[in-house]
Amino acid sequence: MQIYLPIAEVSVNAFLLLGLGGIVGILSGMFGVGGGFLMTPLLFFIGIPPAVAVATEANQIVASSFSGVLAHLRRKSVDLRMGTVLLIGGLVGAAVGVQLFAALREMGQVDLLVKLCYVLFLGVIGGLMFFESLKAIRRSKGDYTVPQRKKHGLVHALPFKMKFRTSGLYISVIPPILVGLFVGILAAIMGVGGGFIMVPAMIYLLGMPTKVVVGTSLFQIIFVTGFTTLMHATTNYTVDMALAVLLIVGGVVGAQIGTRIGARLQAEQLRILLSIMVLAVCFKLALDLLIMPSELYSIGEKGGH
Amino acid sequence: MRPFLIAVMVLLCSFSARAEEVVADMSSRTVEITANFDGSDILIYGAIKGAKEDAGLAPLDVVIAISGPAGPVTVRKKEKRLGIWVNRESVKVNRAPSFYAVASTGKLEETLSHIEDVRFQVSLERAIYSVGAPEEIEHPEDFTEALIRIQKKKNLYQQLDNSVSLLDQSLFSTTIDLPANLVEGAYVTRIYLTREGEVVSKLATFIDVRKVGLERWIFDLAHDQPLIYGILSLVIAISAGWLASAFFRYLRF
Repeated sequence: MQIYLPIAEVSVNAFLLLGLGGIVGILSGMFGVGGGFLMTPLLFFIGIPPAVAVATEANQIVASSFSGVLAHLRRKSVDLRMGTVLLIGGLVGAAVGVQLFAALREMGQVDLLVKLCYVLFLGVIGGLMFFESLKAIRRSKGDYTVPQRKKHGLVHALPFKMKFRTSGLYISVIPPILVGLFVGILAAIMGVGGGFIMVPAMIYLLGMPTKVVVGTSLFQIIFVTGFTTLMHATTNYTVDMALAVLLIVGGVVGAQIGTRIGARLQAEQLRILLSIMVLAVCFKLALDLLIMPSELYSIGEKGGH
Repeated sequence: MRPFLIAVMVLLCSFSARAEEVVADMSSRTVEITANFDGSDILIYGAIKGAKEDAGLAPLDVVIAISGPAGPVTVRKKEKRLGIWVNRESVKVNRAPSFYAVASTGKLEETLSHIEDVRFQVSLERAIYSVGAPEEIEHPEDFTEALIRIQKKKNLYQQLDNSVSLLDQSLFSTTIDLPANLVEGAYVTRIYLTREGEVVSKLATFIDVRKVGLERWIFDLAHDQPLIYGILSLVIAISAGWLASAFFRYLRF
C-alpha cells in the first residue's frame, strides 16, 4: 500500500515503513540503543530527503525513549539530577546544531557532514565496543579483574561541584554539561538520540555506575530530541507527521519484541553483535564516500522551501 | 483578373489556415493527492477543426507538453577531495519545472522545428531556464543535462516521442503518466498543432494538482502553525510511547 508523505512529498510503501520501524525497534530493544543511527541512513536509502529524515527521526526517538524511560523510572534507575544537568548542555547543543544544519543545507554540504559524522562516530564506537567485548569474552573464560574506573582525574578538579545521589557521585557540573552539549549538536545534525555516544561518555568520562546510565541517557534524550523536533518543525518545516507515525507504530512494537529476545542472550554476545552491526553501517557509509558515485551530479533543495 | 485571383487564393489560404484549429480536453482537470496517492494517468484527447485536405500539404503533427510548478534548482557536482567524494561546483538553474512531459506524434525534433522550439520552449532542454553559470565552470551545459538525466530516472521528466496517436488527421489522444512524487500546483498543459515543424495552432489549459484531506491538513498546519504542529508531533510520539509501554506491561501481568 503506497502512502504519500505530505511533508517529504514522496510516495512510499506503508508496510515498508512499518517493517523498517519494526526491525530497527527489535534491534533497539535488544541492544538498548535508540536505533536512530540505523534508521536515519535507512530512510536516506529509501529516498526520503535527508532533511526530512533527520527531523522526523528525532520525533520518532521521542516515542521510543519515552517508552523506555517509563520502565527505568519504575526501577528507579534514572539519575534525574544528572539528567537535568546533561539536558541543559543538550538543549544548547541542539539549538546550535539546528542552526548549523540550516546553514550547511544552504551550502549543499549537509549530506557530507552527516555522513562524515556517521562514519567517524560509528567507526570509533563500534571498534571500541568490538574489542572491549572480545576482551570481556576472553576474560570471562579465565579469571578477570574489574577495570579501575574511579580515578581522581580532571573531573574532580573542576569547580561547581554537585552531589548526584543516585549515581553516588560528587563532581563538577562542567563535564556533564559539555557531554550534553556535544551530544545535543550531534542529535540535531545526525538525527540520532546520541545514546550510543552518551552511554560510553557517562561510564568512562563521568564514572557513573552502569545501572543508571541507560535510564538517565534515555531521560535526557527525550527532551533533547523533543526540542530538536520543535526546532526543525519551526525553522526547517521538515518534520513529517505521517512518516513519524508509521515509524513509531512499527518501532514501539518491535522494541518490546526485541527486549524479550535480548533477555535471552548474554551481555557480551549482545555487545559484539551490536558492534558488528555498527561497524557494518559505518563501512557501507564510508564506501559511499570513497567509491566514485555512479551519478556525480545531484539536485539541491529548491530555494525558499 | 489575375491579381484578383491571387488575392482570393491568399485570402482563402489564410482563412483556411486560421480555420485549422485544435480543440482538446482531458480525462480530469484536477488531480487530488490523497494519503494513498500513487500516481495518476491523464488522458488528453482532442480534434482538429477544419483540417485541410490537400494532397500537396504535409501531414499535421501534435505536440503536447505538461509542465509542473517551476522554481530555482541548484545542481551540484561531486569531486574527489582528500580521498572522498564531496560536492564542489554548483550551478543555479533559474527555473526548472518540478515535472515535465512532452509527447508528440513523431520524433520531437521532426515535429517541431528548432525555431518554434526556441519560441515556445517546448523541449525538455528549453523548458529549463538558466541565465548563466558562474565563469569558473567550464561546461555549464553538463549541469542542465545532469538535471534532465536525474529527473528522467525518477520519471519526473519524460520525453514521449511517437506517443500521441493521430487518427485520420483529425482525432488525437495520448496518455501521460503522472508519477506519485508530485508537487502540488497548476500543471500547465500546452497543445501545439504543427505542420512541417511550424506551429499552426495552439491551445493552453491547466491541470490542478493538490493535496486533499489529511495531506492538506498536515501540510498546512506544518507551514502555517509550525509550533503547534511540532507540539502535536511530540504529543503523538509521547502518547504512543506511553501506550506501548502500558500495553505490554498489561500483557505481562
